Amino acid sequence: MKYKDYYSILGVDRKASAEDIKRAYRKLARKYHPDVSKEPNAEEKFKEVAEAYETLKDPEKRAAFDQLGSFQPGQDFRPPPDWWKQFAEAQPGFEQHAFEDIDLADLFAGLTGRGGQRARGRTGAIPGQDYEIAVQITLEQAYHGAELDLDLSLPEYDESGLPRRVPRTLKVRIRRGAVDGQKLRLPGKGGKGVSGGRDGDVYLNIVLAPHPLFRVSGHDVYLDLPLAPWEAVLGTTVRMPTPGGPVDIKVPPNTAAGRQLRLGGRGLPKAHGGAGDLYAIAQIAVPGTATPRERELMQQLAAASTFNPRRHFEEGT
Amino acid sequence: MNIELTEATWMEDAGEISLARLAELSGLEEARLRELVDYGALAPVDPAAASWTFSAECVVTARTACRLLNDFELEPHGLALVLTLLERIRELRSELQRLHAEMPR
Repeated sequence: MKYKDYYSILGVDRKASAEDIKRAYRKLARKYHPDVSKEPNAEEKFKEVAEAYETLKDPEKRAAFDQLGSFQPGQDFRPPPDWWKQFAEAQPGFEQHAFEDIDLADLFAGLTGRGGQRARGRTGAIPGQDYEIAVQITLEQAYHGAELDLDLSLPEYDESGLPRRVPRTLKVRIRRGAVDGQKLRLPGKGGKGVSGGRDGDVYLNIVLAPHPLFRVSGHDVYLDLPLAPWEAVLGTTVRMPTPGGPVDIKVPPNTAAGRQLRLGGRGLPKAHGGAGDLYAIAQIAVPGTATPRERELMQQLAAASTFNPRRHFEEGT
Repeated sequence: MNIELTEATWMEDAGEISLARLAELSGLEEARLRELVDYGALAPVDPAAASWTFSAECVVTARTACRLLNDFELEPHGLALVLTLLERIRELRSELQRLHAEMPR
């Protein structure tokens, strides 16, 4: 079992009062709680903080933690032999078992009866724990649907009552139409229920990975469409990528920069039918270096044209 | 190793769910859920109905409420306020995302 120093995680002294521990936890929770935090790794950090507080806020668990002894964080250790008798409710003789795959958090959660039975004031059936995980998918996966392998490590209780981390791979099908922020549910795939309690669920929070060409808002997709000045004036037909494959799009004459050309139903599909739209945003591109001939033609155009794009400056409107 | 394929279900696919089911899925007691409805952070399909039903998407809000309640030890009114503000942030974020998407690079 790997040691974690719950005091240093909360940034408090080993002799800190219950009030100090609460204050330290609240400060860190405000900073790292995944529902309110924008810090990178907030979720991971909050998990550590919550785990430390869960043990240190309960005088009984805190005493049990203090009795483990003091080690370096991450150091492999075994609780002292009489520790089990004093604090744990596991089967006799189980201290002979291997401890490598036991997580300190699971061990302390078990101290109030598997998964915090006493803490929740429940008797009898205890539902399995729910898990929430963020899953990043690509735009292509959102468009076509995807099969993903999710690696989970969930605690399961062995015959001696020890919570062991069991690595599991879940193969999950996500049908087309999931967008950024979508919540999906895998019923019964979370922690196992105890004494007839229902199995927990796994909730997936879908995060759409950024795409080099397309920008997504809900089911609508936006794309910059660069046009040469003469294409913008004369109109043209261009082959343009869309999430579903290339299409030919007609650019009308006199297309100004910033104009949005809408292709209905060419955005991301919706789970229950229909699809968002694709918007091509016209941009006027100029050659990095114009050839002498291009310059010559442009000069002729400049001399012949009466077009004044800044007329409104002069009119003051 | 033979790994079974799990179909991820859409929250809204579950249709409407009862108060008891919402309590079961969110981990919040029914009394707590009633408080959230009273404070306007959670809306039943028909507030005047004899027994409330909720759209399945309410599970997401109720689960967030459960986490905030446990992790911050909030009282009901404060909890409802936080949920309302989080919803506001979510709306603003999606508006911001739309504006970013519309802006040429």
